[in-house]
Amino acid sequence: MFNRPFADTSLLACPQCDLLQRLPHLAPGASARCPRCDEELWRPREDSLNRTLALSVAAVALFALANSTPMLGLNAVGRAASTTVFGGAAQLWQDGQEVVAALVLFSAVIAPALQIGFMLAIVLGAHRARPSRWVGTLLRYHPTARTWSMIEVMMLGVLVALIKIAELATVIPGIALFALGALVFVLAAMQANFDPHEVWHRIEWADTNARHTEW
Amino acid sequence: MSATVSTAMQHGLQSCERCALLSRPAAGEHDGRCPRCGEELTFRKHESLQRTWAFVIGAAICYIPANILPVLTTTTAAGSDSDTILQGVILLWSPTGWPLSLIVLVASIMIPSAKIIALVYLLVTVQRGSTANNGQRVRMYRVVEFIGRWSMVDVFVDAFTAALVQLQPLMSVAPAPGLFFFAAVVVLTMLAVESFDPRLIWDSLDAKEVRHV
Repeated sequence: MFNRPFADTSLLACPQCDLLQRLPHLAPGASARCPRCDEELWRPREDSLNRTLALSVAAVALFALANSTPMLGLNAVGRAASTTVFGGAAQLWQDGQEVVAALVLFSAVIAPALQIGFMLAIVLGAHRARPSRWVGTLLRYHPTARTWSMIEVMMLGVLVALIKIAELATVIPGIALFALGALVFVLAAMQANFDPHEVWHRIEWADTNARHTEW
Repeated sequence: MSATVSTAMQHGLQSCERCALLSRPAAGEHDGRCPRCGEELTFRKHESLQRTWAFVIGAAICYIPANILPVLTTTTAAGSDSDTILQGVILLWSPTGWPLSLIVLVASIMIPSAKIIALVYLLVTVQRGSTANNGQRVRMYRVVEFIGRWSMVDVFVDAFTAALVQLQPLMSVAPAPGLFFFAAVVVLTMLAVESFDPRLIWDSLDAKEVRHV
């Protein structure tokens, strides 16, 4: 059962305190905040779709590089070992920590892949004159993927591990480590340039009847 | 309805959590779907307080074994040695290594415990219908939401240390049972934050204003 849309679309309720308010017209770069709880309601971005598209393409390339090359290598007493991002999860699995292995795999590989993949599909889909409904579906789940995507946290964890191990053996940083470092910034920029409001305004509605009868 | 109180709920409007569209449930229906994006709508998150309590209590229980049990076992020619999170922090503490030690201390011990305490405080004040310090409490909620993911640092440190230090029979590092409970604390506190509805912080204030008008 679909709700009936409220006729006055310039009204908005703060997602954090439910206060009804009207959004002012904003220039790109300015932001609207809730007067009661100070939540940022909207920050329009300049050329949001194109910039997000460029950054998400860069993120795809860096993500592929980060996951296909060794991240860290180690040399000690004439022996060498190296690991990839995937290797961290695989080792936990082998050591009987299946649940933690799944969590590491999810937050370091799967969720970031979804975050980047959804974003790329959303901006490509939104470029069309009438974006179809699947763009909305991806946009609905994108914040969840983003919450559980922890590239930046993993990066810090890797650096701590690297310095910790450096006391025992010679650690050799791999290409993936630099790719990950760059990915942290590209992902942050990708999210910062994205304006979900712009996409929501263009998307085909789930309940097309509502759109035609209630407006 | 007065001019001072005007939340979407008081006007019978539901705001979509995903796309922010305002809509009205059909007559006689309590909840419906967002006509624009199809998300299930409610005035407030379903059983928000009960769910948040459940996740927080679960996290608090797991917090104990997470800190008592070892998270890593290091095996060398000299024998094997298990370290808890706190022992790991102490081991890292050195004239050069103290910043890292501090990162692990903050991310693994201080953030999870602060999160649990903050969530309990938010839950108790909301249940008591407190209207004081709303601004501060909502800021506290945002901080908890923002820093939560950073307690995963230690899980990654342990995963990559174990993955890398595999020089059998000279030396190897393997994860130990405490890691499971520590990961559970991180996930449960993140789920607790997700199930808490910050709009509840303001509802008692709105109710008070209605009574005064």
